[in-house]
Amino acid sequence: MQFSKVSGQKRQHKVILYALSTCAWCRMTKQFLEDNNVEFEYVYVDLCEEEDKQKIRDHIQSKGGPLSYPTIIVDDNMIITGFRTDKIREALGL
Amino acid sequence: MTEITLEMVKQRAEADARTYGYYLNPDPKFLQSLLEGLKRNEERYGYPSCPCRLASGKFEIDRDIICPCDYRDPDVAEFGACYCALYVRKDLYEGKTEVKPVPERRPLEKQSKAYNAATTASEAKPATPTKEEAKPSGSKPKLWYCKQCGYVVFRDEPPYTCPICKAKKEMFAEIKTRIDFT
Ligand code: SF4
Repeated sequence: MQFSKVSGQKRQHKVILYALSTCAWCRMTKQFLEDNNVEFEYVYVDLCEEEDKQKIRDHIQSKGGPLSYPTIIVDDNMIITGFRTDKIREALGL
Repeated sequence: MTEITLEMVKQRAEADARTYGYYLNPDPKFLQSLLEGLKRNEERYGYPSCPCRLASGKFEIDRDIICPCDYRDPDVAEFGACYCALYVRKDLYEGKTEVKPVPERRPLEKQSKAYNAATTASEAKPATPTKEEAKPSGSKPKLWYCKQCGYVVFRDEPPYTCPICKAKKEMFAEIKTRIDFT
């Protein structure tokens, strides 16, 4: 699976963003992370191979998340679904 | 095939909003990216599936999330906006109420089909292509009618709500009469 990396000054947490290339809320979320100088990796699920889609589904579900986008996984244990700036701020200490 | 332009996608959404008394998202950039998403989906899948949901690329499975999706009316009624916030209520359009993310109403089992469908399709292809084609997802389309307003629809399941009178799914009944189209 090909993750794209966005560099930033805030690197205390490992942040993964699962997004759709067509979704406006996903775009807002990506923009929010960028604006806040957070380092993260993202992948557009709709552009992935079928095999990778399954892996992503399993990853999200193993963290107890619903299958909707955007989904952020912080340090591989905390999951945030949707463009929830309050939760993102809290999880990343912004 | 005629080329799909952003203008076409926009006009269609505007016309639909007008018909149902909704408004399109007031943020021009946000709106633009949703319209582009719809255009992109129509180009790659052949129908404008919801830009904020993962589609399977199989019409039968994605039918409930073709824009305007089955969930729009109940979502606008309850939250003031559809899941993507493409369609919004007047108070949100005017900025009197904030546009916030809407929780997913589409049932999980339908969502996960977008992942299963694609994999089963790619696995099944080399082995038994004809069998798969005959039975797309185990169910067959039927005729359903809305007991409240009489709207008739031909699909696997009745819609989430009636697009005409907004009655709930439970108000739909199957039409068992045989019709010969000869
Ligand atoms: S959520 Fe909104 S944009 Fe998405 S398919 Fe439904 S009506 Fe269209």
